[in-house]
Formats: sequence, structure tokens, C-alpha cells
Amino acid sequence: MKEPVSKTSWRKRFRWDLLILITSFIVVSSLSLLNPFRGSQAFRISLEYFKEMIFILPAVMVLMGLFAVWVRRETVVRWLGEGSGFKGMLISVLLGALPTGPLYVAFPLASMLIKKGARVANVLLFLCAWACIKLPMELVELQFLGWRLTLARLALTVMFIIPACLIGEVLYNRGEDKRGPDSIFESQAGVESI
Amino acid sequence: MSATAIAIDSLVIICLLVSFFKSREKTKMALRVALNAMRRLGPSILAVIIIIGLMVGFIPPKWIASAIGGERGILGMVIAALLGSVLFIPALIAFPLARSLLSLGAGVMAMSAFITTLTMIGFVFLPLEIRELGRRFALIRNGFSLVVAIIVALAIGLLHRFLPLYP
Repeated sequence: MKEPVSKTSWRKRFRWDLLILITSFIVVSSLSLLNPFRGSQAFRISLEYFKEMIFILPAVMVLMGLFAVWVRRETVVRWLGEGSGFKGMLISVLLGALPTGPLYVAFPLASMLIKKGARVANVLLFLCAWACIKLPMELVELQFLGWRLTLARLALTVMFIIPACLIGEVLYNRGEDKRGPDSIFESQAGVESI
Repeated sequence: MSATAIAIDSLVIICLLVSFFKSREKTKMALRVALNAMRRLGPSILAVIIIIGLMVGFIPPKWIASAIGGERGILGMVIAALLGSVLFIPALIAFPLARSLLSLGAGVMAMSAFITTLTMIGFVFLPLEIRELGRRFALIRNGFSLVVAIIVALAIGLLHRFLPLYP
């Protein structure tokens, strides 16, 4: 009765994102009816974020598209691939630390880097740096928490993140599905070979 | 429009122009990739925006303060780490909040765990991350981030005993 093939394809086709979108929308609207004040607060914050994202996201997507078309796989492999060693890690951290917006913007970029042959540890490092070593963010931390706590937290985080990313890579590569998600190139065969 | 957005947008426009002069074909292809990605990510991103509004709008900061306020040692730190993973608070608000919690008597160790998990782990973003990088990658990254956050917090707690990190 149950065909495994059709089951997986059903799972793949099911749009979890749409389900979550609709659910969260219903939750917010019903809560807002119960408490209009907090509801308006929530709406204001969502709007603020929407404005922030609408100005950054399209640009990031275009940048990703340009990257996909222009940067050759060999280049990524050379700078961030298996043999890139310490230099590759340094580049990953520096790339992540650039002031370039919130973490969710980095996921498609990270996916692209893996696709183009970057080392998993470097992509993990890139995401971690993006999340917690953002330059503008550190300035705010410095201002509010003082240089001692900021420096200690930053130095310790970097120190422990590197081994964690290396172990993470080993765990990741042990898995059978090395590349789970639908790729950016799924619907554009041929782009990758450029 | 923030300065960051202006900087990124103008950089991308320059790149796009250079690309267009070099090859129209490739530029068209790049834009198609961009459009596809936008279409794929759109619903998840809208959901993230709504959930952020829900969290910041409906969860009073007082609740957070009572959960990790007060020196509770390692237990407080673990609670802070878990709270930081689930909550989404923008960094601009997180650091002032962290300072007010510290002045309320929260432990430095707990605050460190809170900030690190707050920035590195996003349950809100998890569906998006899984969609882009796969479940395995997302679980490894978030799991290891939690472990690193706890280790760093413990180290900071230890350091703080010998050398006060926060007045």
C-alpha cells in the first residue's frame, strides 16, 4: 500500500513554510484580537523588519545569482575547499564578520558555497562568524557590556568555535545524504557547470 | 533605509552593471537564479517576520527577567541558554536588555550564554535553515552552537571569579 517513493515525494512537495506562515499569521491575528495593544506592537515590529528586509534581501539574492554565474567552482575550492587549511578558515571568519545583515540572509549564501565545493567546516565557520562576530553588533556590545566582557566572550567563542566546526564537519560527512536540501540549481540545470 | 542597506544595495548595483557589460546572457541567468531563490524563500521569510513580531510584541521583558534574573549558577545559565535559543531579540535590544538584567543581579555566566545563543541559534530560522542547507547541517550547526555557548559561558563564569569581567 505505502510506496516509499511516493511518500518521500509527498514529503518533499509539502510546503512546510506555507503551513508555518499561515499558522503564525492565524496565531498573531487571534492574539491581536484578544489584546489589541500588544497586537499593534507586534504589527509595528513586523513592519519594521519587513522594511529592513525588503531593502536588503533582493540585493543579496542578486549577489548570490551573480556569484552562481561568475565564480567558478575551482576558485571556491581553492579558497575554501578541502586543502584551504588555516587560510580558508580565516577567510570564512572574515567573510562572516562583514556587516551584511541578519543570519537568515546567510543561509542561501552558505548553501551556494557548499554547492560550489567549499569545505563544510568553513561554511559552518562562516555562519557562526556571521551570527556572532558581526562588526556593528560588537560595537553595540562594547557600548553596553564593556570591553572586558565583550573581549572575553568574543575570544572564547572564536577559540571554541573552530574545533566545534571541525568536529561538526566530521559528523556531517559521516551521514549518507551529504546534500539533503533542494538546491538553488535544481530548476536550472547547467548553471553550475559554467 | 539603514546605512548597511544602502552600502549593500549600491555594491550589488555596481556588480550588476559590471556583469551586464561583460555578458548580457550571464547577467540574465544570474537574475533568474536570484528570482528563483526569492520565490523559494519568500514564504519562510514572511513567516519569520510575523514570528518576530509575535515574540517581541507579546512576550513582556519582565518574564525574561524573572526567568534568569538573580544568581542561579549553572541552572540559571542553562535556562538562559535555552531561552536565548528559543527567543528572537535583535542585537540592538539584546545588549541593553542584557545590561539591565545584569544590573538586576543576573549572573555574568548566564548573560554570556544568553547572548551567544540569542545570536547564534534561531528556532525561528530553523525551517528556513533546513530548507536551504538540509536537516543534518542545520541540526549540527545549532547543536554545536548550543554546546559552544555553554562551554564559553562556563569559561566566562570561571574567569569572572578571578578577574571580574563586569563591574
